[in-house]
Amino acid sequence: MRHLLSTRDLSRDEAIQILDVAEDMADVANREVKKLPTLRGKTVINLFFEDSTRTRTSFELAAKRLSADLVNFSAKGSSVSKGESLKDTAQTLAAVGADAVVIRHASSGAPQTLATSGWIDAAVLNAGDGTHEHPTQALLDAFTMRRRLHGAASRGKSLDGLTVTIVGDILHSRVARSNVWLLDTLGATVRLVAPATLLPADISTWPVTAGFDLDDAVDADPDVVMMLRIQAERMHAAFFPNAREYSRQWGLGDERLARLRPDTMVMHPGPMNRGLEISANAADSSRSTVLEQVANGVSVRMAVLYLLLSGSAEL
Amino acid sequence: MTYLITGATLPDGTTTDLLVDNGVIAETGSSLSQSGATVIDAAGLTALPGLVDLHTHLREPGFEQSETVLTGSRAAAIGGFTSVFAMANTSPVSDTAGVVEQVASLGVRAGYVTVRPIGAVTMGLKGEQLSEIGAMAQSRAQVRVFSDDGSCVHDSLLMRRALEYVKTFDGVIAQHAQDPRLTLGAQMNEGALSGELGLAGWPAVAEESIIARDVLLAQHVGARLHVCHVSTAGSVDVIRWAKARGIAVTAEVTPHHLLLTEDLVRTYDSRYKVNPPLRRTEDVMALREGLADGTIDIIATDHAPHPVEAKECAWDEAANGMVGLESALSVVHASVVASGQLDWSDVARVLSSKPAEIGRLSGYDAAFVVGSPANFTLYDASASRVFGTEHLHGKGVNSPYLERTLPGRVMATIHNGYATVLDGELLDAPTVAESARVHRG
Repeated sequence: MRHLLSTRDLSRDEAIQILDVAEDMADVANREVKKLPTLRGKTVINLFFEDSTRTRTSFELAAKRLSADLVNFSAKGSSVSKGESLKDTAQTLAAVGADAVVIRHASSGAPQTLATSGWIDAAVLNAGDGTHEHPTQALLDAFTMRRRLHGAASRGKSLDGLTVTIVGDILHSRVARSNVWLLDTLGATVRLVAPATLLPADISTWPVTAGFDLDDAVDADPDVVMMLRIQAERMHAAFFPNAREYSRQWGLGDERLARLRPDTMVMHPGPMNRGLEISANAADSSRSTVLEQVANGVSVRMAVLYLLLSGSAEL
Repeated sequence: MTYLITGATLPDGTTTDLLVDNGVIAETGSSLSQSGATVIDAAGLTALPGLVDLHTHLREPGFEQSETVLTGSRAAAIGGFTSVFAMANTSPVSDTAGVVEQVASLGVRAGYVTVRPIGAVTMGLKGEQLSEIGAMAQSRAQVRVFSDDGSCVHDSLLMRRALEYVKTFDGVIAQHAQDPRLTLGAQMNEGALSGELGLAGWPAVAEESIIARDVLLAQHVGARLHVCHVSTAGSVDVIRWAKARGIAVTAEVTPHHLLLTEDLVRTYDSRYKVNPPLRRTEDVMALREGLADGTIDIIATDHAPHPVEAKECAWDEAANGMVGLESALSVVHASVVASGQLDWSDVARVLSSKPAEIGRLSGYDAAFVVGSPANFTLYDASASRVFGTEHLHGKGVNSPYLERTLPGRVMATIHNGYATVLDGELLDAPTVAESARVHRG
């Protein structure tokens, strides 16, 4: 594995290997000294053209726990906001000797452009590109599901037979796209639920079923319900009338929560709009995996950095 | 200047010699001879009438870092063109007699091709107020084609008035059919692939709904309408329906929409970013059929040069457009001639006589007839080449065909009786400018 640009490119063996290495990394987090010397001398750059404190911090912790040198290169307050192009930024990072670039960009495809342009030789990790993909989020979601299902016996396991319902703004969600491909690769069955305006125009090539009715989806007894963040600006672009109607139709409120099995996982990539797509009870219930997802994010990102940079692991 | 072209194959398949003298075809037939004439051996070459591009962006005035009238004219000549219509989205916009006369005179001075400026429909391309269409029509530039290309004349009332008003001057509105609201932030054809790639969709209906409205408006006011760069199967259907109703609509398709599909966007390589976007294979096939059955009247390049930095960036930050003049004939060859849908006489029609007729450009209605202006190109249809930047002669290198193998090669281009391309190479600018000056007398 040279880069991690999307989950669509991952084979089942590659995906399971990443999750297994992440299990090893999770063990490190339970030690008194949460640090490995593995990537000593390697330079990782967090290149964030979009604000994202959560993802940036998660990658930062992951790199530091592997003893890599990490530099944050944020668009705010740097030459990027003065109009420096992706090309110039990339060549600058190449000149200072970056081994890996973790890139978050508002443009779909920017990580692929970086990886294939020849501007820089470093490994490229997609930390979210436009409305395209967010592969480490999907990997941490899969890791979280696998741990809830199999606990300490997770290594080597897939998600065969698991049913996952993803609810919300599929159209604009890079998390949904990465999850769809990865969950399918790992053997899970995916169902999408959204208003028709927030489903892509044609998903006939996606390995999913799709519907509009959340109540039907809840009654279908899924193993996992993943709620996506709904953004306020969608209302202004006429994707749906207002927050009240959205919440009523597609929010995971207390009544719908009560109809789920006690062991149904309720997931959310964060940050949550409590009271809009998810009720406070749902977010805080024992079904909720929200905090596990955050913790597991560090382990998964350690695994990916390790596999891309250590040179010892053949993927 | 006198040229004797020997053994050329005309579009109808017959073989002839051509004697060019004093700017016109002086004689045709076999075994012609003329002392002092420069002899061009055209055995095995296809002679096509000088190609006419109804849709070119020459970028001057205002965007000379992208292209100038001179550099765009050179790109045209090496592509076999002898006339181009220059789009109005310059800076200042070509919405006054002064600007269109400037563009026309720059073309005359360069001499590689006849440059006919297109006038803006609305002032500043803003879609709010008609520009001085009459002044442009009656200027030395003799503008007959009016377009806000790059922007759609979206306001229905303004479009109606524009269609009516240009009748006064035997003009035509060339509409860039794109509903601006349906294409807010649009990046690529809307469909399964746009959903997967996470790029905002550019739905076919945004083009088709404008064409449907415009053909009905043209019918209502009895005006001519020309539809720029048709890109979808649905648009072909709407135009076919309109023509069956007797509506005076003509339509163009670009070479790239006849060859390339949206699958190329998977690379996020911004050379494939263009307005209208590359569409599905089904659309490409429908466009080829529409061209073959006459629903689509002409091929026009939409040659759109950009500086390197406008393309070396993330997809949604990149400029729309591809250069196309140098590659047009080869791409038409590869897409619709090789498939048997067009023969060379069809190519002569869709790339020369018909665009000239739509643009009211004289001298292109009787190619290769004694006495008609000597505008033609000699094409080696048996050649094949890996297309590269060395084949581009404008300022732009944003070609989608780089590293692709394309058939054919333009070996000579004759404009107004003097050569602009010989032995497959462009003649230098001073030589061509001098030839043009001599021709003007």
